[in-house]
Amino acid sequence: MAEVVLSGVSKSFGAETALQNVSMTIPDGSFVVLLGPTGAGKTTTLRMVSGLDKPSSGSISIGGRDTAGLTPAQRDVAMVFQQYSLYPHLTVRQNLEFPLKSPILRTPQAEIDRKVGEVAEVLQISHKLDNKATALSGGEMQRVSIGRALVRDPSVYLMDEPLSSLDAKLRSDLRIELKSIQADSGATLLYVTHDQIEAMTMATHVGVLDKGKLVQFGSPRDIYENPVSVYAASRLGQPRINVLPADIFGGAPDLATHIGLRPEQIVQGEGEESIVQRVEHLGDQTRLHLTFKAHDLITVTDAHTTLKEGDIVRIRPHKPFYFDATGARLA
Amino acid sequence: MSFSVTEPAKSTKWIAGILVVGYAIITLIPLLWIIATGFKSPTDSIAYPPVVVFEPTLEGYVNLFTDRTRATEQMLEEAGPPETWYEEIVRARGTVISGPSRYGERFLNSVIIGFGSTALCMILGTMAAYAFSRFKVPLKDDLLFFILSTRMMPPIAVAIPIFLMFRNLGLNDTHLGMILLYTAVNLSLSVWLLKGFIDEIPIEYEEAALIDGYTRFQAFYKVVLPQAATGIASTAIFCLIFAWNEYAFAVLLTSGTAQTAPPFIPTIIGTSGKDWPAVAAGATIFLVPVMVFTILLRKHLLRGITFGAVRK
Repeated sequence: MAEVVLSGVSKSFGAETALQNVSMTIPDGSFVVLLGPTGAGKTTTLRMVSGLDKPSSGSISIGGRDTAGLTPAQRDVAMVFQQYSLYPHLTVRQNLEFPLKSPILRTPQAEIDRKVGEVAEVLQISHKLDNKATALSGGEMQRVSIGRALVRDPSVYLMDEPLSSLDAKLRSDLRIELKSIQADSGATLLYVTHDQIEAMTMATHVGVLDKGKLVQFGSPRDIYENPVSVYAASRLGQPRINVLPADIFGGAPDLATHIGLRPEQIVQGEGEESIVQRVEHLGDQTRLHLTFKAHDLITVTDAHTTLKEGDIVRIRPHKPFYFDATGARLA
Repeated sequence: MSFSVTEPAKSTKWIAGILVVGYAIITLIPLLWIIATGFKSPTDSIAYPPVVVFEPTLEGYVNLFTDRTRATEQMLEEAGPPETWYEEIVRARGTVISGPSRYGERFLNSVIIGFGSTALCMILGTMAAYAFSRFKVPLKDDLLFFILSTRMMPPIAVAIPIFLMFRNLGLNDTHLGMILLYTAVNLSLSVWLLKGFIDEIPIEYEEAALIDGYTRFQAFYKVVLPQAATGIASTAIFCLIFAWNEYAFAVLLTSGTAQTAPPFIPTIIGTSGKDWPAVAAGATIFLVPVMVFTILLRKHLLRGITFGAVRK
């Protein structure tokens, strides 16, 4: 287990800049989720920590040791790839044993059997151990791929959207499982996703990436309650934060061009009138699609609401976020 | 490109079947003729019109593996009755076995040189192909073109320089010389074919192996090679077939110790009359190793002939 420190890391592929001056400290034993859309530089960051790619500038240290010039094997990292890359010529068991049998680890066979059995149990693939890796469903492959990382005890786990190809039930099971494995073992885990639920539920820290820049780094709650920009604010929260012109309710600070309203920042029943466009009953909550002064916004209301299309709801903002023209947070 | 998934009509299947069988028979006739001739007597072998039904004899094979001298009645009497079935065959022609022929040695030379150069070609070829496929090699495209350009003329076109080089280096009529020569000729083919196969293997597998604690070279042989097995097998067959059948260089550069079977077989034809059955027997045996090798790897060959155009 180790602390990972990125300082001033940049990476460009030809003329294209994938990562720009990213500095971040991943504390020992933390579960850090990198959040951002495709092309934000999440995977690039992961690959540079793993040693598969080298930073164009800046440095990365793992456990206080500078990684420049170290091969992936020497860095002692385990990685789960997005395209689950199981070795197709091996069985599931052989895939799981593969890292343990590496010349670096040379694990005794009894130990290998124990660990493989344990991990297979956790990932619910015990009955598939003797299958060829290619004879699995996508979800099973992904689990084996996660298992191949979990059999090890590396200084840091790197995971690139490991749950993306699983069905909803398995995904939520594995979210909990991964989180508890990490919490129990005290492993350091760097996790890439664009799924905000994964970020909110598992992360001790979230790094929000935008076009190769780290725009905010902090606890999920911190980022949710105290976003630095429209971009960071819109990464977390469901339904998404509503962004409207700043003066729509009046009382905006100088320089503010936009107001950001999460559902809990919209008080219903007082203020100005809006029209209900659509009511979505989700069971535990109900989403209201409103039109307010020709702008659409979405909020949440009581699960058993009697509101229906065309009704009028009064709304007013409550401690909203204000953003300037560049999207940066003002208040 | 799309393919119809509907079953072809029964009549279409029959016509296709007949065409395939017909084509197979036509291409197999020379082979059958060679095999049959090996079991004919010399008279039957030159009979016109050719005899299809004949009494098989092993005379051709006995002649292939033995040297014989004409013996007088007196010598035959002194030698006593023939002790073995093959001596009996030889005696019937008024000759005695004076020793084993050189066919065995020449055949062994073919095996050493053919398989040796194929093995060397595969070792060098896979590593070169891997490097071209995965690494940033300076002037990669130019190098690949240069490698291919060695195939843009018939290899025999450079026979004279090679002959002189071999003479100066002392490689004339050596196994090493022939292995190096055939490897040099085949290497361009194997690099190009194998590069195509290795290009198809996603790089993620190696990356996973690197992370799993293996070195680049270990990742290469533990992860890439098993997946390239198909390509390696089919490329090996192509290389072996070339090296095995090569005649012109073998005639030019080998005459004794390292002579392969192809230049030797015509010399069997003999001093007393044309011994076609022995030649045919030599050719038949010569066919066997490549046939066995190809049959063992035929599953891969079929896949290889599509040159990786079809993804599974």
